[in-house]
Amino acid sequence: MTALSPSLSPPARRLPKPFSWPVLVAGLAIVAVEMTLGAQVSEYYLLLAYIILQYVVLSTGWNILGGYAGYVNFGTAGFFAVGCYTTIALEKLAAVPLPLAILAAGVVAGLIGLGTGYLTLRLRGVFFSIATLALAVVLQTLIVNWSFVGGSRGAYVMRPDAIAPFASYVQYLLVVMTVLAMVAVLAAIAIERSWIGMGLAAIRDDELAAEASGVPGLRLKLLATTLCGAFMGMAGAPFPYFITYVDPPSAFSLAIAVNAIAMPLIGGTATWWGPVLGAVLLGFTQQVLTVTISSAANLLIVGILLVVFVTVAPTGVVGITRAWRGRRA
Amino acid sequence: MSRPILEARGVTKQFGGFTALDGVELAIGPGERVGLIGPNGSGKSTFVNCLTGALTPEKGAIHFLNEDVTALPAWQRARRGLVRSFQIPRPFKKLSVIENVQVPLRFALSEPPPTGIDRRAMDILDSIGLDAKANWAPKDLSQVELRKLELGRALAANPRLLIADEAMAGLSDSEVDEIVALLERLNGEGIAVILIEHIMRAVMRFSQRIVVLVAGRKIADGDPAEVMRHEDVERAYLGQ
Amino acid sequence: MNFSWDLLLNAVTSGIMLGGFYAAVAVGITIAFGMLDIVNIAHPAFMVLGAFLAFLSINTLGIDPFLSALGFAAIAFVFGRYFYRAYYHFFERRGDDSLQGLAFFFGIMFIVEISLVLIFGVDYRLIDLPYLATTYEIGIVQIPLRLAAPCLAGVAMLVAIQFYLSRTFTGRAILAVAQDLEAVRFVGADPIRTKEIAFGIAMASAIVAGVLLIIIQSVEPSIGREFIGRAFAICVLGGMTSLPGTLLAAMILGIAETMTSTFFGPSWSPAVAFGLLLLTLAFKPSGLLGR
Repeated sequence: MTALSPSLSPPARRLPKPFSWPVLVAGLAIVAVEMTLGAQVSEYYLLLAYIILQYVVLSTGWNILGGYAGYVNFGTAGFFAVGCYTTIALEKLAAVPLPLAILAAGVVAGLIGLGTGYLTLRLRGVFFSIATLALAVVLQTLIVNWSFVGGSRGAYVMRPDAIAPFASYVQYLLVVMTVLAMVAVLAAIAIERSWIGMGLAAIRDDELAAEASGVPGLRLKLLATTLCGAFMGMAGAPFPYFITYVDPPSAFSLAIAVNAIAMPLIGGTATWWGPVLGAVLLGFTQQVLTVTISSAANLLIVGILLVVFVTVAPTGVVGITRAWRGRRA
Repeated sequence: MSRPILEARGVTKQFGGFTALDGVELAIGPGERVGLIGPNGSGKSTFVNCLTGALTPEKGAIHFLNEDVTALPAWQRARRGLVRSFQIPRPFKKLSVIENVQVPLRFALSEPPPTGIDRRAMDILDSIGLDAKANWAPKDLSQVELRKLELGRALAANPRLLIADEAMAGLSDSEVDEIVALLERLNGEGIAVILIEHIMRAVMRFSQRIVVLVAGRKIADGDPAEVMRHEDVERAYLGQ
Repeated sequence: MNFSWDLLLNAVTSGIMLGGFYAAVAVGITIAFGMLDIVNIAHPAFMVLGAFLAFLSINTLGIDPFLSALGFAAIAFVFGRYFYRAYYHFFERRGDDSLQGLAFFFGIMFIVEISLVLIFGVDYRLIDLPYLATTYEIGIVQIPLRLAAPCLAGVAMLVAIQFYLSRTFTGRAILAVAQDLEAVRFVGADPIRTKEIAFGIAMASAIVAGVLLIIIQSVEPSIGREFIGRAFAICVLGGMTSLPGTLLAAMILGIAETMTSTFFGPSWSPAVAFGLLLLTLAFKPSGLLGR
């Protein structure tokens, strides 16, 4: 919802169209750039872009539930890992094409989100949050004990040969992740601008009053939980091909757990572009800093930024810019 | 009285060992104006919560428009026209005034309003006198405007029965008159109203019938003047 | 899975001992989350901090961890008071943002955990107390002092806090806060100060639990996350606000875990708490002793 200000002329504000053509065009333009430049630049840049886009998907997925409905999912790393291991399990069974593995990962992670939500969303929101925290631990326990996908030893995944028209498999992965990010953002926009987003916003502001206004609280929350889980799972599905060796600590990574929350909260949870901005800003900074300082120190900085933002700037970068522009206007 | 639209039978609600409602019976006819009164802690709010689905009673049944709604969640009752407003205004804080009214228009109606949601939302704001503040944030509204928004949002759900839970607490005399006039106008459109209120002047002016709850039991139900002469009611009110 | 009475009896015994320790972990969650409605998911991270403090105190200063625990707990109490005041200032006073508050504790949890990684590395640390090396044998049941002492200390701490809550003015005010914030004003206590003290106690209990943790098992910085599910499962199962309930639920979880560990393998035991938490939330959210 846009910023509210007292105004004297009150035209009935219309919601913009749920489908965003500009985002689609921008997404396709990025794909075009990747197709033309992807074969010429060093692989480092492709990997960098992949990581940032992966964070765009995670952060956007988190925000569908966290930002729009106000329910905090702490289990991003768990959902991401479910995606990873869906791909690994499928790869052990048959040569499944990547898009199919991504869909499967979305279904599995979405169902886990739905199940967790179904059991806990009737209660206060914090119980859902606590359940997702515990869920990440229990999923890790399951994977560690499941030797078919490598157990605690981990699993090697062979990167297939490049598929035409891509110059390399990494380029293919990057394009796939770009499309996924585009789909996630388009979905977030569609929710934000439709009656679903309005219902979720009502739930976020006052659940009891929302129900009294006819909003089917549990159903909408379950929808958001499922989508949130599904996008996180889909973001994880190509990851095994990206790093080629997956073990539980790399799939259930600390970096993903903290970034998926820090990015939308630092970017701003009220609109779709807050999480995207947060993912790009934080993702880029971390990749640059990793060269100079350790990844643990990196995460420490993210954690501190998260705490600083939620205490002094709860509306995020987007909110700060808006307030700043509002003051100048 | 013609066939009631709302019937509560033997509604009993307990919190731990405390019985908040003890077999309360109530029938409301179409278009009726009923005042529900009782001292603090008598179970009025609990009763409203049970009727509208925010709480589930341990015993008893609630029928609305010839349908057993006892097991239905709050949002489904709202969609059937059993609508409430809240004692303390609970606007959707991050939505604008008009969006607050659009939520029930989008969610509580079985079919979209013939004039469209935006038009209908403006009409409702117009009827509660908030049309000039459609794009304001709820935090910028005054207390009486928040009460009106609360009623406007309930009105948007197209109620057959509106339960107004202390819609006037803390308002000035003239503001109370404004709200009573608004409720009377809604009632004129055929909406039955249950008014829960401490301000006796408003209750006596508005109600055709008064129901008294004391300690979770209904002790009186009938003509306002007679009910107020009832000795149990006198004792409950003067004796406390 | 090979069953024998010998194994079963030993599993139950070590489950009870583990439960005593879990009670020490969960008592702070019951106070902070159950009574004060502060979702301190960083509690187990502070516990791990306590474990590393104990490690430092014996290895660099040569002070017995039980002794230094008292000192650290006192510091943690004061720190907890200020911590709550900051939390109140930034979140509770603002009122409407549970999302921000949750993310805040999540961030704190990470800061504590990653700081420990940067200082101590990711290796497992253990301390060795010679006087706890004994193992008593009663019939076929083995009672290692290394488990029994933390159990007794944990239960003692819980009982002491329960006495404090039920017998002192401030303690009763804390219980009143748990019921209803307005009730506290009637009692004549300042609700903010009351909550400050309660949170201080919770924070101190986390540090003490950490000392007990490193006596029982080796510790690395991220181990706290395994205890989030456990501590909250115990708190909810115990009925949110009841310390006797917490103790009972801790024992149940301890026994369930050692049984799982004995009969299915230790790698499954972290899943038990989650199952218990989900079952409780789904079927009995009012807890064991709830009506």
